[in-house]
Amino acid sequence: MSNYIFYPGCSMEGSAKAYYDSLNAIKGSLGMNLQEIDDWNCCGATEYVGMNLVPAYSLIARNLALAANQAKGIDTVMAPCSACYLNLEKADYYMAERPTLGEKVNEALAAGGLHYDPGSIQIRHLLDVIINDIGLETVKSKVTNPLKGLRVAPYLGCMVPRPDYQHRWSDFEHPSELDDVLKALGAEVIDFPLKTNCCGGHMTQIGPETAYELIRRLVSSAEENKADIMVTVCPMCQMNLDAYQAETNRYFGTNFHMPIVFFTQLMALAFGKTPKEAGFGMELTSTKDALAQIGKDVPAPAAVKPGKKREGLPMPAPRLRKYAGGKVTSE
Amino acid sequence: MSENTPNKPKIGVYTCHCGTNISSMVDVENVRDWAKEHLGSEGVIVSRDYKFMCSSLGQELIEKDIKELGLERVVVAACSPHLHEKTFRGASERAGLNPYLTEMVSIREQVSWVHTDKVVATAKAKSLIAGTVERVAQNAPLEKLKVPINANTLVVGGGISGIQAALEVANAGFHVYLVEREPSIGGHMAQFDKTFPTLDCSACILTPRMVEAGSNPNITLLTWSEVVSVTGFVGAFNVTIKKKARFVNEELCTGCGICWEKCPKSVIDDVYEAGLGYRKAVYTPFAQAVPKYPVIDKPNCTFFQKGTCKACEKFCPTNAIDFNQKDEYLNVEVGNVILATGYDLFDAGRVTNYGYGRLPNVFTSMEFERMCNASGPTGGEITLRDGITKPQTVGIIHCVGSRDKNYNNYCSTICCMQSLKFAHLVKERTGADVYEFYIDMRTAAKSYDEFYQRVLDEGTLFVRGKVAEVTDAARQPHEKGKLIVQVEDTLIGKQRRIPVDMVLLSIGMEPRADAKETGKLFGISCSSDGWFMERHPKLDPISTMTEGIYIAGCATGPKDIPGSVSQGAAAAARVLDKILQKEVELEPIRASVNENKCSGCRICNNLCPFSAISFMPELGITRINPALCQGCGTCVAACPAGAISGTGFSNEQIFAQIDGILMGI
Repeated sequence: MSNYIFYPGCSMEGSAKAYYDSLNAIKGSLGMNLQEIDDWNCCGATEYVGMNLVPAYSLIARNLALAANQAKGIDTVMAPCSACYLNLEKADYYMAERPTLGEKVNEALAAGGLHYDPGSIQIRHLLDVIINDIGLETVKSKVTNPLKGLRVAPYLGCMVPRPDYQHRWSDFEHPSELDDVLKALGAEVIDFPLKTNCCGGHMTQIGPETAYELIRRLVSSAEENKADIMVTVCPMCQMNLDAYQAETNRYFGTNFHMPIVFFTQLMALAFGKTPKEAGFGMELTSTKDALAQIGKDVPAPAAVKPGKKREGLPMPAPRLRKYAGGKVTSE
Repeated sequence: MSENTPNKPKIGVYTCHCGTNISSMVDVENVRDWAKEHLGSEGVIVSRDYKFMCSSLGQELIEKDIKELGLERVVVAACSPHLHEKTFRGASERAGLNPYLTEMVSIREQVSWVHTDKVVATAKAKSLIAGTVERVAQNAPLEKLKVPINANTLVVGGGISGIQAALEVANAGFHVYLVEREPSIGGHMAQFDKTFPTLDCSACILTPRMVEAGSNPNITLLTWSEVVSVTGFVGAFNVTIKKKARFVNEELCTGCGICWEKCPKSVIDDVYEAGLGYRKAVYTPFAQAVPKYPVIDKPNCTFFQKGTCKACEKFCPTNAIDFNQKDEYLNVEVGNVILATGYDLFDAGRVTNYGYGRLPNVFTSMEFERMCNASGPTGGEITLRDGITKPQTVGIIHCVGSRDKNYNNYCSTICCMQSLKFAHLVKERTGADVYEFYIDMRTAAKSYDEFYQRVLDEGTLFVRGKVAEVTDAARQPHEKGKLIVQVEDTLIGKQRRIPVDMVLLSIGMEPRADAKETGKLFGISCSSDGWFMERHPKLDPISTMTEGIYIAGCATGPKDIPGSVSQGAAAAARVLDKILQKEVELEPIRASVNENKCSGCRICNNLCPFSAISFMPELGITRINPALCQGCGTCVAACPAGAISGTGFSNEQIFAQIDGILMGI
């Protein structure tokens, strides 16, 4: 069993309940023991840090202080929500980098009898924990219902791989972690070009036209790449793309139907859980057609008809050196 | 500190204004008077100042005092000894004083240039002068070492710079060993199609030089070879060269080419074809290779891997294939070494937002060179990766991996001109629209800017801005199926999305991946960027801090072809100068071991950056080769027994200097 202090964040109990349910369905198979932070509070989401730094970071750091107190030998606090993860990381980083801010935050925490020393606990995202602690081999070994035939667009969103203070991710622009997990489940993973683009965030509330355009780009690219379903790690991304897809269709006169679910939901399905246990049914854009693809044979790609005949062999495809697309290890 | 004793040598102190470089921050007159007054008890009998001590009048001042006042020590407070120590020691020598009894105090680099408070700066200058006055009293006269020079020269690297260096030395009548790691000499220049700005065919101007190098009786050409060890010192280096097994008998081979014609195994050629084309498992990299003999690529040869095939052997008309050939080790004696080991190309895959490796129609500049080349994989046709479709729009991105704090900070200098050349070639051969995405245009050499004008006139479109990404995710219908270049056009202050069919990445130059090890092998160091470090970046760009080791071409930093050729020739001139002097004078500042104190602990053995220290197992002690030692002092500091001392830096001298600095003003 790997032990983690667990910071669920507000979404997991509301809009992202499917994420919570599916995580609960698989955590046992993955050997994860999650200890929820006692009396945690909201991380401030994407809005609060833009208003006033000290109260914003005090709000976040309260969770870190509680987590560190509760840790007792556990070295990691894990957050499945990208905004929560980034906010915890930011607070930890800036409290160390800007000592005055750190002092002021601790002054505020002291009012509640708390204190947080930056760096005293590791802050990690669920996906990072699954890839690097649990490992892809373990994930593969738990698959009883491979997702063969399902074409998925891995959509990570912008908050997980950037700015990556602790160098945990393989790349800022095209990280491969989510692709790797989905491949381990047997799904057919497309090379999704917009995997780290923005979903619009809170623009759905303050400037919907901007958000619609960002949503349109993502959904249209997934559709163009013939994905059956999009998969994300972030409650905000899931909500924007799912709940505002109909609005987006209305706004642009389009007819997109691209379901989007959490990666843990597909993991739960692949591990043999029922769709209900995996949190399916709560999404607004139906996943029925997509899930019906599972198990179907993939037609082999049609052979490319050669045009003008060329002597010898065709040009080799570009190949990456060993560190491209992975952590730079040679330097 | 110490009272006036008659034993003090007679010392003269000379303080330089360096125009206003020093005098604007240090009260020079005050320093002059103070030295005379306060250091008189330390032996100072004369103290003078002068506007430019390094001028001939300034030097004459010192010479006159030595002769007339009988000075026994000279202290010059001026710039760094790196700049003018030689000058002032020369002046002393002319006046009959042993040059090592003259010392400099750096009150420019270490005082006036780095301080902002004149009072403090003046006090610091005095303190440093007092230290050097105490120290110089302890100096002993030293004699320079003379070492005979072996007239043979080693040139490492057979690119254009190395070829030039080898030819210059060989044509002067001296022998050269030219070592190249690939099967043929020629280097990167042999891969190019055209050269900027004249658009000469690269091979046409290079191959005559290659042939000359291959046939010159004074050049021993060692291709498919690497230097594995270097011992000795300037004038007498002993070099071991590994001649990798070619599996082809060079005496019998005629270079007819039947072996590679018959070889059934095709391999992607990552070196010469930059990954865009193929070669056989037995191959010469290109048709004009020098020497003409092929090599068998053992890891890819069917016979070596599976035990059967031997097609090359069966068909060879002269029985030149020899599967039993072994690596050979060659020992050569040389007096000087020129390192022209070149550069590696930046790995475009590291800039993931440009999509190289993911998007097939994103090419690197070297891939494109090969594509343009008539002997390249497409026979000189410019096509997309499918080998068929002609691009209608091409985007060329500058500074990929250069001028970027995420990768390399420096400018690779050649990419602007290379990109302009590409624009011209694309226009000429396909008529496609070409966009150049640049940060700044840097076309600063003879006829370069004229070429830029020409490409502008040809209608190439220039967008000033750093490209954010290259993507295949279309937002608008007209972007579908294209590569979209997302860029901020800084001249109009707008984000633009420009759909193109083909993207060329002008990738920068990087130091060779093994430059550090090569540097260690030859006892020279690399800068923080990883390029070989020059003795002086402006005034001695082809020498290193190790006597007898010279550097040329891109091994010292990014350069164009004329720059590389000039450096090759300059390094050769320096070597010839050394050879013609027949012997070389070495600075006597070096370390020596007191063999009575040495316990043979060997702590110092691996510390020496110049490989000057060796252990004498039969005596149980360590010795330092005086010709190899550069007097850096590392071993002196490391010796736990205090058995090593450095001439010019003895304990007495250092302690006296510290006393002087601390004596208070």
